[in-house]
Amino acid sequence: MELPVFNDSAASSGGCSSHSCGSTADQLNQIPDEILQKVFNHPCYSEDAHHHFARMHVAVAPACNIQCNYCNRKYDCANESRPGVVSELLTPDQAVKKTLVVASEIPQMSVLGIAGPGDPLANPERTFATFQMLSEFAPDIKLCVSTNGLMLPQSVDEIAKHNIDHVTITINCVDPDVGAQIYPWIFWENRRIKGREAAEILIAQQQKGLEACIAKGILVKVNSVMIPGVNDEHLKEVSRVVKSKGAFLHNVMPLIAEAEHGTYYGLTGQRSPTQDELQALQDACAGDMNMMRHCRQCRADAVGLLGEDRGSEFTLDKIAEYELDLEGAAARRAEVRDRIAAELEEKRQSKATQAPKLVAIEGLGAREALRPVKMAVATSGGGVINQHFGHAKEFLVYEASEGGVRFLGHRKTDLYCSGGDTCGDADTTLQQTVKTLEGCEVVLCSKIGYEPWGMLEEAGIAPNGEHAMEPIEDAVMAVYAEMAAAGKLASPAPAQAAA
Amino acid sequence: MALEINDLCVNCWACEPLCPNKAIFAASPHFEIDPDKCTECLGDHAAPQCAEICPIEGAIVDELGDALNPPGSLTGIPLQLLAEAAGAQAGTAAKVSSS
Repeated sequence: MELPVFNDSAASSGGCSSHSCGSTADQLNQIPDEILQKVFNHPCYSEDAHHHFARMHVAVAPACNIQCNYCNRKYDCANESRPGVVSELLTPDQAVKKTLVVASEIPQMSVLGIAGPGDPLANPERTFATFQMLSEFAPDIKLCVSTNGLMLPQSVDEIAKHNIDHVTITINCVDPDVGAQIYPWIFWENRRIKGREAAEILIAQQQKGLEACIAKGILVKVNSVMIPGVNDEHLKEVSRVVKSKGAFLHNVMPLIAEAEHGTYYGLTGQRSPTQDELQALQDACAGDMNMMRHCRQCRADAVGLLGEDRGSEFTLDKIAEYELDLEGAAARRAEVRDRIAAELEEKRQSKATQAPKLVAIEGLGAREALRPVKMAVATSGGGVINQHFGHAKEFLVYEASEGGVRFLGHRKTDLYCSGGDTCGDADTTLQQTVKTLEGCEVVLCSKIGYEPWGMLEEAGIAPNGEHAMEPIEDAVMAVYAEMAAAGKLASPAPAQAAA
Repeated sequence: MALEINDLCVNCWACEPLCPNKAIFAASPHFEIDPDKCTECLGDHAAPQCAEICPIEGAIVDELGDALNPPGSLTGIPLQLLAEAAGAQAGTAAKVSSS
């Protein structure tokens, strides 16, 4: 039984996704087909592709030209990279060699991004030298760049020249009064500018840059950091504005603010959003445009498939002595790409031919509307429930309703934490895991231990290990049907105990 | 007259390309300013460029050792919180760098 899955990534329906299609002013329709096609195989933009293709970031851009209140410049950019982490800075030559070595060792490598550790466009020479060399030595690898947008209008021609078709702009606001609470200063025309004036200039540059990219046919994704009480409500307006200008994806990410990162927000006690608040905002923005649900906020020197980082395998020493076979590596990548493309195409075809059925639900003949239910799933990939609860580093959250199953996003259990002694004792880790599942009523996994079972039940979340190895959507719908049959869906969700 | 970069510098390269006198150079453990070349941007800019873009409070000082960007001036973090954070930092430094 294939159930309708409303995936927000552009790849899910092989042409356009549910939320942005069908309307008269659909932005995706305005993107040329050949560019849209590129998105399908981009691991960051397509939930489908990210299981198959790998990407890497190289840390060549150390300087930044603005200050964000969630960032401490002793570390990497807290938005495009990770707070509290320092990347090893590479020269453009080192970065190119590293990329070529990784692309030889990991033939799924399809995307090279420059995202920091500062702002790539505040380091134009290093950034564009890297892109220039890579287009020459490995023209099959896609290039993308992230920026705060301050220098974007001036850089658009250069970006177009290097055939960079994906640009990410971090836009946290379109109102300078909101911006003044996020950005203490910018460096602009040889001066440090503070306060509202700084935000005003930054916002104007971001919007101008966005428009210039769209005019050149460059794909633009917008990242926003959700800061409760500062820009959370305002991000709905941001979503509307950037979509109207042609951004094809809006990625709302949670603020990360810890006192130990030494950031303004961390030290002044600005809180991060809860998982539920984040999801609610993503839902509110999704009415306006495509939302990116599967972003893992990977770091500026990440290497590998999304959600994994093999960066430590590629040390500078290893890279320096590696002998490259450019042609051989390119051929292996082409082979892998063709194979994956065929697999994905086959998957899409089979999805398209199977009509969605909701037999179990319809069989109930229920007249009253059933409430939707969020369920968390432990999976290590492949679209099936195949992971032990305790082994899950992240949970996929789905929403089941009478209309079918909808993928909502990921919830990490090891957020910015490498486990072991940095995470405190086992009890705390488990408590944190249960807390990340806030708002979910069921968690589906292959197996689960006695202790977490009890803790989940106590928190009002039903553990379920009965659907091991089953396709996720089928299992979620089956559990939803069981809940409906048991009369659990006519009433509002029971209040959950605090974890 | 010349400015100086101290060990608070995080080696972010932001200042280096801005110097009108090419006085700033990468060195170990941090960037340095050649005192013979530095003019504090007099005649070129209204304010010293390195100090205008430097994101780290206290990292650039004048001949008297006074910071051009004193604590709290860039981040807006209240001094009391900065002091508390500095006190707590010794305990958490290892944790942050290993995560």
